[in-house]
Amino acid sequence: MWSNLPLFPARASTLAGHVDALYFLLVAVTAFFTILIAALILIFAIRFRKQKHPVAKQIHGSNALELTWTIIPLGISMIFFVWGAAIYFTETRPPKDSMEVYVVAKQWMWKFEHTEGQREIDELHVPEGRDVRLIMTSQDVIHSFFVPAFRVKADVLPGRYTSTWFHATKPGRYHLFCSQYCGTAHSSMVGWVVVMTPGAYQQWASTGTDGSLASTGEKYFQQYGCSTCHRSDSQGRGPNLVGIFGKPVLLDDGRTVVADESYIRESILNPEAKVVSGFKPIMPTFQGQIDEEGLVALVAYIKGLGNGMANPPMPVNNPEKAPYPVPPKPEASQATPSAK
Amino acid sequence: MASAAITQDEKTNYLNADYGIKSWLLTTDHKRIALLYLISITMFFFLGGFFAMLIRLELLTPAGDLVTSDTYNKLFTMHGIVMVFLFLIPAVPTVLGNFLVPMMIGAKDLAFPKLNLASWYVYMLGGGWVLYAIITGGVDTGWTFYTPYSTTFSNTNVVAAAVGIFIAGFSSIFTGINFIVTIHRMRAPGLTWRRLPLFIWSNYATSVIMVLGTPVLAITLLLVAAERLFHLGIFNAQLGGDPLLFQHLFWFYSHPAVYIMILPGMGVISEVVTCFSRKRVFGYDFVALASICIAVLGFLVWAHHMFVAGISVYAAMVFSLLTFFVAIPSAVKVFNWIATMYQGSISFETPMLYAFGFIGLFTMGGMTGLFLGSLGIDVHVHDTYFVVAHFHYVMVGGMVMAYMCGLHFWWPKITGKMYPEGWAKLSALLTFVGFNLTFFPQFILGYMGMPRRYHAYPPEFQVLNVLSTAGASVLAVGYVLPMIYFVWSLRYGQDAGPNPWRAAGLEWMTSSPPPTSNFETTPVVTWEAYNYDEIDKQQEVPVAS
Ligand code: HEC
Ligand SMILES: [Cu+2]
Ligand SMILES: [Cu+2]
Repeated sequence: MWSNLPLFPARASTLAGHVDALYFLLVAVTAFFTILIAALILIFAIRFRKQKHPVAKQIHGSNALELTWTIIPLGISMIFFVWGAAIYFTETRPPKDSMEVYVVAKQWMWKFEHTEGQREIDELHVPEGRDVRLIMTSQDVIHSFFVPAFRVKADVLPGRYTSTWFHATKPGRYHLFCSQYCGTAHSSMVGWVVVMTPGAYQQWASTGTDGSLASTGEKYFQQYGCSTCHRSDSQGRGPNLVGIFGKPVLLDDGRTVVADESYIRESILNPEAKVVSGFKPIMPTFQGQIDEEGLVALVAYIKGLGNGMANPPMPVNNPEKAPYPVPPKPEASQATPSAK
Repeated sequence: MASAAITQDEKTNYLNADYGIKSWLLTTDHKRIALLYLISITMFFFLGGFFAMLIRLELLTPAGDLVTSDTYNKLFTMHGIVMVFLFLIPAVPTVLGNFLVPMMIGAKDLAFPKLNLASWYVYMLGGGWVLYAIITGGVDTGWTFYTPYSTTFSNTNVVAAAVGIFIAGFSSIFTGINFIVTIHRMRAPGLTWRRLPLFIWSNYATSVIMVLGTPVLAITLLLVAAERLFHLGIFNAQLGGDPLLFQHLFWFYSHPAVYIMILPGMGVISEVVTCFSRKRVFGYDFVALASICIAVLGFLVWAHHMFVAGISVYAAMVFSLLTFFVAIPSAVKVFNWIATMYQGSISFETPMLYAFGFIGLFTMGGMTGLFLGSLGIDVHVHDTYFVVAHFHYVMVGGMVMAYMCGLHFWWPKITGKMYPEGWAKLSALLTFVGFNLTFFPQFILGYMGMPRRYHAYPPEFQVLNVLSTAGASVLAVGYVLPMIYFVWSLRYGQDAGPNPWRAAGLEWMTSSPPPTSNFETTPVVTWEAYNYDEIDKQQEVPVAS
């Protein structure tokens, strides 16, 4: 395939440049010290070789020198620490209005669920120039989502959501690797991230779905009988779920938790773990009845309820802040499949 | 000093004091036990090396065509388990440490000779158990045993391998206790803490880690076995457990374990650099203190293996900061060894060449550790070949180099024979060149994004992988060669005499090989460590003949 010898990964996200800059600094400092030490060994070995320097001169040490070579490396390493931590801080905080994709990993494939309803396996299409946040979980063992061209990696764990984000800057096809060893076909748990121009992405996104992820979730919400207890008025036996997402929830033991994706997931699988204040723990567990993909759909649905709409329109982010012009009729493309 | 000098020409020594297989298997002589360990550890080293060769052969081509994926996964797992638990961790302490700790402090034996023998049997039992796990099908979890893969999903011999490691761990604990007590209680008169050879300091620090850390590994492996056998929900989220708990427990031991592997090696380097520079070590107190700092700080950095595992951002920052701290004492050691050479009278026998190799490779291993400690970079290179290259620079470039260095340095003492210097220099050179050719390309591969533990890989990674495999073949020659000439030297090597290097240290003030009781009269120490000025003033080797 590639007959040339690439020695450096493609640089295709906003983050990549920052990571590389720090990397080059580290390479430079490492080269400096390695060469310094090699040179000192060489120089001393030649100058003080037995033939030329038959009698050693004893030196016991020097506190000043010890201090120097403690403090200088410490100082330099603090630069690495602060810079590295700063990058990590950005890396782990997705920007507020990112577009979201749900990822369900299993031995040995990647399943992607777009909020618009597209589902993909081992291939993820994303637009160039937008913040994309991944909300990830595993159906079995630990996997790790790794796209070298984006310098992004995050483990995908069973039983919880982890998340990462990126902002692709260059259209192209980039390797996606599972980097946490996960069994027999670990090295085949690979795929591609396809970065498209916004126009091409829009075209891709508007074809062939049967309803948004949230609308699938709505179906489940009826099917599993959630709607019998959770109603959009306050008459249900369970709390009204409209608008809870992202808000603090008061629990009956006095704690307050923020209703994020993991909280909703836990509420479905293990309702007794955190009981909402003022309600009885009557909600049955759905452990073993709904798979991770179903859970993802339910989570997306309940998140959508945050807007006060049963079937939220496609762009989750704020149109004013979108980095590229919002496509003309997102609602139209959405309305057709969910109407049937 | 001459008061301690004795000669044993043609006299009985620990090797010919007794004959027969029983005299070896039931010995309580620390020197004989060291040899038992030497033989068993060498066997495991070559077994682990054999797995490594198969791995490198498979990676010659991008497609997974030599062995099946399952076999490949077992190969890297067993390579890791055998090398880490049965070679790297025990090697320097149980072979060189066992032989030298009593001799360097002027004692007749370790504090608990029977416990010492027991530790070898326990090691063999653990090693045998691991062999059994390998022969009856192998394990495929990686040496790290990550859950829930190991507890629920793998259908290989996880429990057997875990039990083997669990058992072998006790031999570490026994050795650790033995060293600590011996170093505290059995030093020769006059041998104060600040007169101890630095090899003793580093083995002392190592022992502390072994005694404090190994039980945590034992508990962790028991929990893995318990979850696997009885489906207790400890690590498996489906059973209500937490997979990250395993990683915390595992690395709480396994990070300090890298210092178990490297610290004794650093001790070897301090002995060798001083001897072949004919100088006192530069900054004795700082080198000794650095060992202790490493032992303590080493326990506080484990979560740097989990920066992408989903731990909190702030926890990650604390662990990153502490990781940078733990790097400093290692840097201090390197600078002190270099400064020791300054104004020395340097000669280039094989051990010194290995020591040069160690300093260079360990520097690179340590510096690349800073990449991994730096959060932003670690996210990209974690679980790639960058990490593989980094820890091989420290473990193979550092620790194995130091072990070979020490083996050549003390071989005349252990056997009474000299190895052939020319061949030995060649092997040092081959190891250095082969090592760099094997592992340097892996840094580049890692930054390009090649994940570790991949049976097959995208074709653009092939050239660097071919280089790496070529290097591994050179490296293999560098390891097989000493095997041959060491054995050869037993019969044909020149007699070494008590102190061929005119080295300081009590172990050189007795005959080679030493008598069973090490010293005929207990030495009384009136001098500082590495008194090369005094030794060189006496023209003769300080042993009357
Ligand atoms: C038998 C009635 C009942 C059913 C059926 C039911 N729930 Fe609940 N649910 C409750 C009650 C009562 C609570 C509040 C007490 C608690 O937290 O356990 C609750 C809490 C929740 C919460 C947390 C709400 C908050 O305000 O923090 C979520 C999310 C939730 N349920 C989702 C679901 C979903 C999704 C389903 C269907 C798969 C479902 N529930 C089915 C009764 C029910
Ligand atoms: Cu995977
Ligand atoms: Cu570590």
